[in-house]
Amino acid sequence: MLRNILIALVILVMGYMFYNTYSNYETRTELAGISQHFAAQGAQEVGAANLVTAIVVTYRGFDTLGEVTILFLTASIIAFFLKLKDEDYDSSIDHRETSELLVTASQVLIPIIFLFGIYVFMNGHLTPGGGFQGGAIIATGVALMIMANPNVRLNYHVIHWVESVSGVSFVVIGILGMVLAGGFLDNKIFGQDGLGEFGTLFSAGAIPIIYSFVGLKVGAEISNILNKYQKSQKEA
Amino acid sequence: MNNQILFVGIAIVIGIVSIVLSFVAIHNKKLSIAIIAAGVVSLFASVLYLLMAAPDVAMTEASIGSGLSTLIFFYVLNKIKRSDA
Repeated sequence: MLRNILIALVILVMGYMFYNTYSNYETRTELAGISQHFAAQGAQEVGAANLVTAIVVTYRGFDTLGEVTILFLTASIIAFFLKLKDEDYDSSIDHRETSELLVTASQVLIPIIFLFGIYVFMNGHLTPGGGFQGGAIIATGVALMIMANPNVRLNYHVIHWVESVSGVSFVVIGILGMVLAGGFLDNKIFGQDGLGEFGTLFSAGAIPIIYSFVGLKVGAEISNILNKYQKSQKEA
Repeated sequence: MNNQILFVGIAIVIGIVSIVLSFVAIHNKKLSIAIIAAGVVSLFASVLYLLMAAPDVAMTEASIGSGLSTLIFFYVLNKIKRSDA
């Protein structure tokens, strides 16, 4: 009884909050405040053709650093709770035979998925996407690889190295931005070189480099989580 | 104008299907069906993001929401081995 009353109370409060938001909502016809500044000056100040990237990587660079840190923390916590030993990485499990469709499709698709992920994070300043998206796409490729052959051995030393080196490089570039340019993760550390151009990879300052490191780090981290989960399975 | 009607129609259909699948995910006794329903909700959400001109969010949602988290849920399901899975 008390439980139901509490649930009803929570729903009422939620409903009240949503109703307030709804009744005060009016469609904005023009941008206001800081978003106006981003829309008007963002392209000139940062030089990225993709304004979302400009905001995520430079104006809100600390947010990106925080997201990378959270992901790192998640991977660490998962590693802590799974308690894998060294021999677990070499273990193999008996599993049902994977379908031939999946195996063949994975052989065709995995290189294309990796290529697309790399494309997404290298062109983050020009086309939609960026480091996180590219990294996640690469990790889905790894997921497909694991599904096609559950006993596949990923070289986890390489994954760890890629993750650590790209994480450190990301922070170093951020601090270089503080030393050589306007602030943390400022992308003008090589000097201002104008607006990012379509079809030109290295065009928006350091953004392609920053995003490549973020992409590699995210991809390595999520692949690492998947590999750990796969190796922690004792039976299929 | 025609395009707008089509857009709103697709958005409404996707919204209804998402709500129905969310209820399936909550109320189904079999956990594996619930996980797949939650994954499909994510997939529809990513289509919705694409329609609302946010392709980067759509990419994240499709790969993480419907791809990786579904897979991780299945790993965990396999690890806990419940009888009603």
